[in-house]
Amino acid sequence: MADEKSVLLEIKNLKIEGYSDEQWIEIVHGIDLTLHRGEVMGLIGESGAGKSTIGLAAMGFTRDGCRISDGTVLFDGMDLTTATRGERRALRGSRIAYVAQSAAASFNPAHKLIDQHTESSLLHKVNSKNESEADAIELYRRLRLPNPEEIGFRYPHQVSGGQLQRAMTAMAMSCRPDLIIFDEPTTALDVTTQIEVLAAVRDIVDQFNTAALYITHDLAVVAQMADRIKVLLKGDEVEEAETRKMLADPSEDYTKSLWAVRSFQRDQKPPPPANETPLISVKNVSASYGPVKVLDGVSFDIYRGQTVAVVGESGSGKSTTARCITGLLPPTQGEILYDGQVMPPKYQDRTKDQLRQAQMIYQMADTALNPKKSIGEIIGRPLQFYGGLRGADLKKAVDQLLDQIELEPSLYYHRLPSELSGGQKQRVGIARALAAEPSFIICDEVTSALDQLVAEGILRLLDRLQKELNLAYMFITHDLATVRSIADVVVVMKEGKVVEMGPKDEMFQPPHHEYTDLLLSSVPEMDPDWLTNLLEERGVDNIGDAAHQKKT
Amino acid sequence: MLTFVIIYYVFLIVVCCAAAYYKHRTALLLLFTLLCVSLISGLLGGASVLVNITICVALLAAAAGLSYSFREAMIQILPPEAAKLMRTAPLTAAFGLLVIIAYIIAAVFAPVIAPFGEAEVVGSSFAPPDDVMLLGGDQLGRDLFSRLIYGARNTVGIAVMTTAIAFVVGTLGGLVAASMGGWVDQVLGRIVDTLMAIPQLIFALLLLTIVGTSVLNLTLVIALLYSPLIFRLARAVAGNIVVMDYIEAARLRGESTWYLITKEVLPNITAPLAAEFGLRFCFVFLAISALSFLGLGIQPPTADWGSMVRENATLISFGEVTPLIPAAAIALLTVAVNFVVDWMLHISSGLKE
Amino acid sequence: MGGVLPLIGKRLLLGLGTLLVVSIIIFGAVELLPGDIAQQVLGQSATDETVAALREEMGLNRPSYVRYFEWLGGAIQGDFGVSLANKRSVAEQLGPRFANTLFLAGMAALISVPLAIGLGVLAALYRNSVFDRVTNAVSLVAISSPEFFLGYILIVFLAIQNPIFPAIANVTPDTDLAERAYRVMLPAITMAMVVTAYMMRMTRAAIINLLASPYIEMARLKGVPNSRVITRHALPNALAPIINVVALNLAYLITGVVLVEVVFVYPGVGQLLVDSVTKRDFPVVQACCLIFAATFILFNLIADVGAILSNPRLRHPK
Repeated sequence: MADEKSVLLEIKNLKIEGYSDEQWIEIVHGIDLTLHRGEVMGLIGESGAGKSTIGLAAMGFTRDGCRISDGTVLFDGMDLTTATRGERRALRGSRIAYVAQSAAASFNPAHKLIDQHTESSLLHKVNSKNESEADAIELYRRLRLPNPEEIGFRYPHQVSGGQLQRAMTAMAMSCRPDLIIFDEPTTALDVTTQIEVLAAVRDIVDQFNTAALYITHDLAVVAQMADRIKVLLKGDEVEEAETRKMLADPSEDYTKSLWAVRSFQRDQKPPPPANETPLISVKNVSASYGPVKVLDGVSFDIYRGQTVAVVGESGSGKSTTARCITGLLPPTQGEILYDGQVMPPKYQDRTKDQLRQAQMIYQMADTALNPKKSIGEIIGRPLQFYGGLRGADLKKAVDQLLDQIELEPSLYYHRLPSELSGGQKQRVGIARALAAEPSFIICDEVTSALDQLVAEGILRLLDRLQKELNLAYMFITHDLATVRSIADVVVVMKEGKVVEMGPKDEMFQPPHHEYTDLLLSSVPEMDPDWLTNLLEERGVDNIGDAAHQKKT
Repeated sequence: MLTFVIIYYVFLIVVCCAAAYYKHRTALLLLFTLLCVSLISGLLGGASVLVNITICVALLAAAAGLSYSFREAMIQILPPEAAKLMRTAPLTAAFGLLVIIAYIIAAVFAPVIAPFGEAEVVGSSFAPPDDVMLLGGDQLGRDLFSRLIYGARNTVGIAVMTTAIAFVVGTLGGLVAASMGGWVDQVLGRIVDTLMAIPQLIFALLLLTIVGTSVLNLTLVIALLYSPLIFRLARAVAGNIVVMDYIEAARLRGESTWYLITKEVLPNITAPLAAEFGLRFCFVFLAISALSFLGLGIQPPTADWGSMVRENATLISFGEVTPLIPAAAIALLTVAVNFVVDWMLHISSGLKE
Repeated sequence: MGGVLPLIGKRLLLGLGTLLVVSIIIFGAVELLPGDIAQQVLGQSATDETVAALREEMGLNRPSYVRYFEWLGGAIQGDFGVSLANKRSVAEQLGPRFANTLFLAGMAALISVPLAIGLGVLAALYRNSVFDRVTNAVSLVAISSPEFFLGYILIVFLAIQNPIFPAIANVTPDTDLAERAYRVMLPAITMAMVVTAYMMRMTRAAIINLLASPYIEMARLKGVPNSRVITRHALPNALAPIINVVALNLAYLITGVVLVEVVFVYPGVGQLLVDSVTKRDFPVVQACCLIFAATFILFNLIADVGAILSNPRLRHPK
């Protein structure tokens, strides 16, 4: 093998253009990147930063409608931008491999996993069919896939998401490449599944001394995986440094803003007096979609001016609970009480006033605002509908609400949602909820689609409004940082049941319920030693699915 | 004839070489294909085929030139917003627009443009074209050109009206089904499935046998048979809208179904429905023409392109192309509408990304 | 295969149910006539006695559901009653004509299916090229033209100006196969032109959609050569959409036959249907409609079943 520290990949002044509106527009503006053998570099940035495009360009590949307009990509001395098609093809799969974001979509549904696994090594004549299959099974074993001898002979849709992602990592290793490009390999997974994929990826990269480009938008994840981090913004490099140095002492403002997020933390409110009637009371609620039972005896209370955070993984029933409260999904059993009064299970049967009291703010501001209506119309409609305001009164009330959400009325009144940024749209969503003058607001993952600084602004706004208007919030989230910053009470859900609940301060102190513990421990932290410590402390068999399976 | 053939090949080869020399790939490929086609068909069919090819190419070139100048003129005349849109139009779309405008003018000003009345007998039956009758006479001696102009009014007018009715019914049904969901959606869906299980033309023939052929019956029957297609599209597009959070927000506010349909859903589905209108117009137009051609659509003496083809079909066996002119008029309009719809779909899909 | 059979069974039942409802519509439509068939046949001037006599003779006095089941029972056994126009058995007239129609549609399918799939795949692989744009424009023109326009153009150019094929597709039961194929060439080409255009555009769209899948990109990133990407990664998944496209277009072909048969005076079911509609010969119209609808439903059924069978997710259940 060549010198350990020799340069494997060197990208110089890479410029990439994309075709839109009948013209070529530059989307990557001259990136330099140097990767040594055995080194892992993290590429981080928001969506639209050009991370994936650069990752693919490192293989000499561009998607349809993109082209490399300038610069060189030197892989082990060969310029991929000028290499012939055959030369590039010979490298792909054998010396540079790719792991895609969605394994479910990136495995061909028509072939068995193992046939797709062995395809590269057969094509590049690395191994015979038998050797290659034996190697696949060995890799599956190393990646801790269940039934390694058998799992490869299944079709992709017969295997779960986390397992597929590991099988894809195994496939990338089939020719023992010098470099692997990981393109957001854990973004589509739940936290408890993510952690086992992370452990597997790091294990395999260490063992075979493979170099890697690890592309992600998640800072905590990249801190575990990368030796060095490069921060990208809109196709430009912001800065690059060793992981520890970057985390401890970022030099650019943008990077600082990424790191310095969770400074906002609100103190937990004192519990309400024992004799107070809860504003919303969920009593033993069960619900099902058709024959599938999704909620099973869920109960909790929400008091005036209080924030209850409901946490859990996808499919745990947290959004379904919200749908039961709003009346979109009538419960099969149990009831919802508002201020001690039973509410009709279907929203169609509720009075205007009952509907007005409970409002929602949605995760995706894009789908929450009608793209064909102006901001004034969107915020004005509830005022008109519930309050009967017209003309100048209406305009005045809308202006007041815009002031409250810190948007200048004269500038924004006539704009369409498409002319606003993500954070501004979310503020409009909040204003629409406020316009109904509710006492209770359900916030469904309101910050998860926003970048960190904007999210913090939204949380501060919600907190201020809560104090001013004595609002109760139900916060649905999977992000524990959000829970830490704003919750008074935490409810943990799993498979349609409440597994644990209590005041925030207690919930974040051990001892925990087993599942709460697994959930809390699986959320990556910004500390680069977090994964190492966790694995040392618990062993690989006590994380992710493995931990689930051991219990059952 | 020999000189023509020699000039034809020499010209084509010279232009081919020029394209190759200036490395104009597209032009070279097109010209070379034309050369090969000419060689083969020339050998098989003789010089007359070459003459036909020349006419075709000349017509295409003339159409392209016309469309190009039309587009450029429009860019100059129209207000900036529309001009910007016009700039993205391919030549085919410009051609389509031009043709549609020409048809509209013909339909609106038919009595002014046409030299004779719709049912006026001018000369002898099947009179050859002369100064008085530009395209000759039909089987009763009526002026073919005048009937062609009036046909634009009748055939296109009826087709537009039928499509409009089908659209109102289909869109409304689709919106109601999508917004209300539940059993309403199920029932409407089943009815539409059943209506679509019978081929439209056959169903139209069956219904027209029973209710008899009149313009009103024709319009209603065709509108009934084509509204399921529009229902399905409206249902599908609106189905994507009603799952949006802003619809949920409106529902939870307690808004009525009518408000949901008209204020929240409808404004968001107008773009795909507009393209669909063009497409469906073509189908309806072809169906009405087909029925007229079979003698079951628009009845004489009303001038209508489908019936005109049928009435003059006997001339075909004498090698006359006059019966083809009304047929060509039908084809030209549908081609034009399709070209424009293609462009509109391209724009709307481009905006989505 | 456990997961597939119930799905197919369900689909077949649904098809059968649809056919039943369609038969009710076809039968019921005629029932809705003002007056009844007897009145229609004899005209306004007929005396009440003669109408009543005919009504008795045709069994019109019994309730309509009884007659529906009789009609349906007969139809299942191939008995469609008696023509009003010439008192001959409908089935007798229909049989040879249906064979003729199937022959014509088969010829058109033989020409169009391979051509359309070939062109569609090529246009998808070389999309936005000159070839793609030209085929796109040409197919658009073919789709937009009424069948009778294409038919007459072919007659003018290939039968009258250059007498290569006969202008009238005249076949009799004793015409041999080669002669038959030669005579139906023009109508077959006419239908093939329209169907090829549709099929080609749908194939192109399906393949482009497929080539945009992440697993195709993954195959390229594994260094799989282009030809192998197409044969091994794209084709197995393209089967489902292509089967669907072909079956749907064959369904269209069967019904598009009406106009073409009239243009070329071809003795098929379409021609018979149009004639009977003009003569208001209801038993024949009903029989023709039922046959067309049944064929149409059958091909739609084949499209669905084909899609189910060629879907690997359904073929290899969890």
